[in-house]
Amino acid sequence: MNKEQFLLALYDALRGLPIEDVERSIAYYREMIDERVEDGMSEEEAVAALGSVEDIAAQILTDMPLRTLVHEKVTGGRKPPVWEIVLLILGAPLWFSLAVTALSLLFAFYIVLWAFALVPFAVTLSLAAAGVFGVSACVPMLVRAGFPQMLFSLGTGLVCIGLAVLMLYASIAAVRGMAKLSGQIWLWVKSLFVRKEAAR
Amino acid sequence: MDNQIKRGLLDVCVLAAIKNEDSYGYQIVKDMKPYVEISESTLYPILRRLEAAECLSVRSVEHNGRLRKYYHILPPGLERIRQFTADWREIESIYQFIMREGGEHE
Repeated sequence: MNKEQFLLALYDALRGLPIEDVERSIAYYREMIDERVEDGMSEEEAVAALGSVEDIAAQILTDMPLRTLVHEKVTGGRKPPVWEIVLLILGAPLWFSLAVTALSLLFAFYIVLWAFALVPFAVTLSLAAAGVFGVSACVPMLVRAGFPQMLFSLGTGLVCIGLAVLMLYASIAAVRGMAKLSGQIWLWVKSLFVRKEAAR
Repeated sequence: MDNQIKRGLLDVCVLAAIKNEDSYGYQIVKDMKPYVEISESTLYPILRRLEAAECLSVRSVEHNGRLRKYYHILPPGLERIRQFTADWREIESIYQFIMREGGEHE
């Protein structure tokens, strides 16, 4: 890929962002390629050294506040005509309730995801409780029931505690994974505002 | 290294790279390379962030028939460096404590 191809691909990947941000990014990467070429690299090598266009675009997108993206998406960098504003206001009872519903659904979906991530913790907690109970029930078992029953109680108790320790690792992994997923969902929400624009 | 920590450190590194004289993107990357691995695409959002926070200003200078952007440090940027060196002393003493109490037994 040469310089112009790279910059064109980057331009394409950033379409939907405010135009001044796109131009600044393009100018920056153009400068970086020129510097490397001046340093003795070929254009192709200089482009390859910068990494993939997708990664670069994702990084720029991650750093862009959602507010800017929404603003750009809604106004498209132009002033809306009067009739559009009038329609927006007249249609408010309809679109406002629809928007609230959509947002609530998204929010509920997000909460459910977290609930899934917290299930392993609940399992861990109940296993630990069962384990502690099983072990501490040893003494009354020995006194009231007998040796085999005590052994059974102690064994199941220890097994439960062991499983709880293992489950704790799984729970932590689940929460970590969910935190990572949250970040990706956020990036996806942001990219909705960009990709749609690009599809026009 | 933890990403959050690295992010904060890189901001200060970039400010330090332009502290004594104005510098441009490629030069900043080259100056930092022996000490910390940074790519142009990592540097870009940092420069944007620091400019938005008014820690530095940008001006374009003609160079070999094209434009090169020079970055100039502003007082809030100097303050960030000063703040970092002050914080670092605290971190250093915490590090000493950690090494004395538990660092050797690994």
